[in-house]
Amino acid sequence: MSKTVTREISIGDVAARASEATESTDSSLMALNVGPSHPTTHGVLRLIMELNGDVIEKCEPVIGYLHRGDEKIAENMTYNQFVPYTDRLDYLAPLANNVAYALTVEKLAGVEVPERCQAIRVLVCEMARISSHLLGMGVFGMDAGAWTPFMYTFTEREKLYTLFEELTGARFTTSYTRIGGVARDIPDGWLDRVRTFCENLPKATDEVEKLLTRNRIFLDRTEGIGAISKEDALAYGLTGPNLRASGVDLDLRKDKPYSGYEKYEFDVPIGTRGDCYDRYLIRIEEVRQSLRIIDQVISDFPSGLWYAEDAKKIFAPPKEKIMTSMEELIQNFMIVTEGPQVPPGEVYFEAENPKGALGFYLVSKGGGVPYRLKIRAPSFCNLSILEKFAPGHMLSDITVILGSLDFVMGECDR
Amino acid sequence: MIDDDFTKALLDKNSFLSKRESIDCLTLDCPADQLAGTTLSLRDEEGFELLVDLTAIDHGEDAELRFSVVLHFYSLIHRGYLRLHAPCLDNENPSITSISAVYPAANWHERETYDMFGIVFTGHPDLKRILMWDEYPYFPLRKEFPLAGIETPLPAADVVEVTKASVEPAPMMGGPFVSSSDGVMSDTEPRARDESWTEESEKPS
Amino acid sequence: MISDEVGYNGKVEGDVIVTKADAVINWIRKHSVWPMPMGLACCAIELMASAASRYDISRFGMEVMRFSPRQSDCMIVAGTVTYKMAEVVRRIYDQMGDPKWVVAMGACASTGGMYRSYAVMQGVDNIVPVDVYISGCPPRPEALLDAMMKLQDKIGQEPSVGNLRKPKAVFPR
Repeated sequence: MSKTVTREISIGDVAARASEATESTDSSLMALNVGPSHPTTHGVLRLIMELNGDVIEKCEPVIGYLHRGDEKIAENMTYNQFVPYTDRLDYLAPLANNVAYALTVEKLAGVEVPERCQAIRVLVCEMARISSHLLGMGVFGMDAGAWTPFMYTFTEREKLYTLFEELTGARFTTSYTRIGGVARDIPDGWLDRVRTFCENLPKATDEVEKLLTRNRIFLDRTEGIGAISKEDALAYGLTGPNLRASGVDLDLRKDKPYSGYEKYEFDVPIGTRGDCYDRYLIRIEEVRQSLRIIDQVISDFPSGLWYAEDAKKIFAPPKEKIMTSMEELIQNFMIVTEGPQVPPGEVYFEAENPKGALGFYLVSKGGGVPYRLKIRAPSFCNLSILEKFAPGHMLSDITVILGSLDFVMGECDR
Repeated sequence: MIDDDFTKALLDKNSFLSKRESIDCLTLDCPADQLAGTTLSLRDEEGFELLVDLTAIDHGEDAELRFSVVLHFYSLIHRGYLRLHAPCLDNENPSITSISAVYPAANWHERETYDMFGIVFTGHPDLKRILMWDEYPYFPLRKEFPLAGIETPLPAADVVEVTKASVEPAPMMGGPFVSSSDGVMSDTEPRARDESWTEESEKPS
Repeated sequence: MISDEVGYNGKVEGDVIVTKADAVINWIRKHSVWPMPMGLACCAIELMASAASRYDISRFGMEVMRFSPRQSDCMIVAGTVTYKMAEVVRRIYDQMGDPKWVVAMGACASTGGMYRSYAVMQGVDNIVPVDVYISGCPPRPEALLDAMMKLQDKIGQEPSVGNLRKPKAVFPR
């Protein structure tokens, strides 16, 4: 007959472990390198961690494995030539990046686009937001161990890809906007197809929610993990859903509306605890709010032109005129070879991207090529807080934390 | 609201700041030695809690003050942006005080600015490269650095032994073809910006 | 009368197939290529899309995307390879067991793509030997599947038995 031995082990919460970890000085720490190539699908991020058993004591992110030199390239490209590079910044929502960049240059050039163009831009931005959040939450579920939501969200995203392909010609990496408008008008019947998609999406989102939101395992893995306080979030420059999860009410679509966002009614979800579960809930709710916006845009879609007609040296005239009239031909030639002529000055513009606030700081000395273009990437700032709040968590919480921060290395490293 | 009264009050309180013309938000010039104090007062007194961006501009090798650091702040109360220009006094070894103690967000931004421009932020807790690898010898965003890059050895010695790879300048094939900003049409025609070399023919020295 | 003979008649020939060893080994290898996704940038999203339900890569036996190089056959380099990342790609390639193949997916992995800059390696073939190049920015999932089928054809023609006796030359440069 065996004797049973009971021993009491108390595992404190995250804060207690963190304070314990800093007190002990004689434990030998294990260095763990979660290398640039690793199972979570977040791109090439390297974490140099020191572990005390299972508890993280130090976590230093190393980035730069996808640094492609976008800002230097921008100094050697005309404004329209740079649009494909903006696609590849946050490659989960390329249309939102295109719109943000076009709005920046148009702000400096003083170009006002007509209402139809603004409505098209809002529509594609919100569709890009849905696409990005769906992937983010599908992959977040996969990081926590659930494979099925990933498949469901990807199926919905494929429908979005078909819509994008019909509109722009490419599934993603669309390069759709130009300085002064968009590349082409929306095709016939496209709005009806978008409406059909929007009618079917709530059911799919409900299915994903049914799998994750009240799932015991998911709750255990995400509730209370990775809590970011309001002061920390502001101090480290967080923006977007990560900042709103910590309780700060900052949404650029409401506070500094652009491209006609002030016409549409929508709510902005704000979190209370700032943990991973809050960030997940906010993103799911933002998908529903985006559907609301899309509904309003489609039901009252303005007619007119999709480009600024009076932007003579900035937007190329339509093709029929170029092929038949001399003046438009010369205009097109100048815009293509020398670039859209933007007056000298500097401008900073931020748009509310799905990952946060994507900002472009543009310095121009006249001409068609920027002098300096700084891309303020939300993922860069969102990742900088990792060093501060990861210590104290267990090793297996790291994947959940990274998934909830929802960053993209293409944007972070540029 | 960031209006004229606010600007006037701010300029009265800090006499060393001067206003600059700008089309989108309040832009101020700040001397390099007053930067730490200004940022502290912006965060605590004026309500600019969010440091949105910190970067630098290289005004060219002929400029009097070559590098200037540009900061952007956002205030939730005033719902507006503020831009600060702070020039670095030394052109050869530019440096300026670090504000990462006031705004922790500046930590990574300053590392990136050091990586790209070579501006040393004094007082930064851990100033090392962030986007390029640690041993990279050049500062890419300086105006004299070519887009294609300069030949350097690859950082990993064991990989180089096996593959004989190195960091080579990208073949520009005579491009990128962009035009200069001003002048008559024959000057502003797109010309090969970079020196023309391809994979077959060497770069003319 | 419907013939129910498939290929060969077991009763006549017995459960013995006479063929080249190469044919059997290559047939087994090409229908269960386990990719190691070196998903670096935007092409990784199309790689994930080809593994999802619409462009099911599982039809080819390749849904087993193992992130451990020791358990995989084929490394799909999807995305831009920067000089900082190059040593990591090479180390992972070295850890894969023979036989191994490399697919350079997309313009950036093939030749550097539209990023002709100081930080981007102009093609991953500077550092690992590549078997199949896929063009596109990003290539459609159908293009990736087509490339995997071409890889299957290539595997089918390999002198596998010959390679068993002497090791494959490591990166002749």
